[in-house]
Amino acid sequence: MPVTTIDNRPVWRRKTTLAQWGSFAGWLALAVLFVVSWQVMNKNTIWLFVEDAPRQAADLLGRAWPPRWSYMDRLWAPLWDTLNIATLGTLIGTIIAIPIAFLAARNTTPSALIARPLALFVIVSSRSINSLIWALLLVAIIGPGLLAGIIAIALRSIGFVGKLLYEAIEEIDETQVEAVRATGASGSQVIDYAIVPQVLPAFAGITVFRWDINIRESTILGLVGAGGIGLQLQSSLARLAWSEITVIFVVILATVVVSEWVSAKVRAAII
Amino acid sequence: MSTVPSIAPVVGRRWKRPPFIQNATLRYALYIGALIYLVLAISTIDVNWTRVYDGLERGWRFVQGFLDPDFTTRSRDIWRGMEESLTMTLTSTVVGVALSIPVGIGAARNVAPLPVYAFCRAIIAISRSFQEIIIAILFVAMFGFGPLAGFITLSFATIGFMAKLLAEDIEDIDEAQAEAIRATGASWWQLINYAIQPQVMPRLIGLSLYRLDINFRESAVIGIVGAGGIGATLTTSMDRYEYDTAGAILIMIIVIVMFAEYTSSHLRKWIQ
Repeated sequence: MPVTTIDNRPVWRRKTTLAQWGSFAGWLALAVLFVVSWQVMNKNTIWLFVEDAPRQAADLLGRAWPPRWSYMDRLWAPLWDTLNIATLGTLIGTIIAIPIAFLAARNTTPSALIARPLALFVIVSSRSINSLIWALLLVAIIGPGLLAGIIAIALRSIGFVGKLLYEAIEEIDETQVEAVRATGASGSQVIDYAIVPQVLPAFAGITVFRWDINIRESTILGLVGAGGIGLQLQSSLARLAWSEITVIFVVILATVVVSEWVSAKVRAAII
Repeated sequence: MSTVPSIAPVVGRRWKRPPFIQNATLRYALYIGALIYLVLAISTIDVNWTRVYDGLERGWRFVQGFLDPDFTTRSRDIWRGMEESLTMTLTSTVVGVALSIPVGIGAARNVAPLPVYAFCRAIIAISRSFQEIIIAILFVAMFGFGPLAGFITLSFATIGFMAKLLAEDIEDIDEAQAEAIRATGASWWQLINYAIQPQVMPRLIGLSLYRLDINFRESAVIGIVGAGGIGATLTTSMDRYEYDTAGAILIMIIVIVMFAEYTSSHLRKWIQ
């Protein structure tokens, strides 16, 4: 126990002197790194604009209020598109993610040397690139529209669903697999009767969770031209029609809250 | 004498697995509903197949660009974007975490009075309900283009994320330790310092590292709406159809994210 002596009496301290210096050095290093980063980051910042920010904010609010509710009429179709992008994207992504998860899980992979690293690489690349960037690429390749959005959402979902699902597969109870195998079941029967029933609730939960995230993400995909309500947001932004943007924000917020509620209810029912 | 149960009704019947949804009516209603939805949804997708076909050639060029990335031609732009992204990530995580600590403490019901609790929970709800990119649009409009707007966006998003998890952590602490410190006559500050902080610190550091990782990924995205960073460079290279440069940027993002994930998981293991 670290103890120091003050006036010939032992006093308890939380850290030893060495540990104290160590943590001090750590915090100092972080502070120096922060200051250096701050200066590098703001090399090109025009502080005149920053000083102007409160006035800009007030101006923005003035133009954003009151919201133009009549604009709602033109948002129903994009909203439906947004829902479709999220749902179909989740569906396609999940279908592709299932075999990849089985290839990536240590206890089901056919070859730990080739298939597993390959599957893990697919999962990592899909996870590290945001769906908006996928959409940016896909709009350039297959043109603007719903399809680009759906594929972008699907590509991003592969990694998420694949990772959580393969972790669930690795955590199953091996004795059940053993029992089914003892009856003389083939490899596919083992997967069907021993592994699938064990991971099915987790799988359903993961899919609904990802669907909820995808609703959130599909609202903004239109910013790069991939369809949905983001397309309206993009055009309103281009026209600086802030009173319309307020309506769009309210719609997005409502959609996100509803989808979160639905996903929480469904997950509670499944698990 | 006990009667032997008859096996007659079972003989000759095959065992069938119980279905995932027990209620048959609900099950078929769900199947039919899903089918109708799928037909409706797929019918709304209006694909211009000639455009897709034309795009495939472009897609192939992109794949080639990805396999043969060009780091050198636009190396100055890439370097500047990376520099902005990395500095933005670090500063916004530091500021965001620093600000989220008071908010998080205020949002924990066991250490904060009700009015403070309600106020801090409101901050968390606002920060969490919108995504980074939407917040970035607003801050770019206020602060002008560049990494400063991105820094403010990411800090703001970090507050909601960290404060929520920190508050939940504080609410989950072992109350016995807090009780013991309180029994020594400690003030509120001493209670936080000696009873709460030691219990939540390891997880707080772990979460900060995790958030650092998220902030880097987000910094690659918010550039699309003008908030600086590598996302701006990526958008520019896509607009110029320079797929080899875009491929190089994507490879750099993947490598940095993988590296960050690997180191942060090791650091977290080492701390805890």
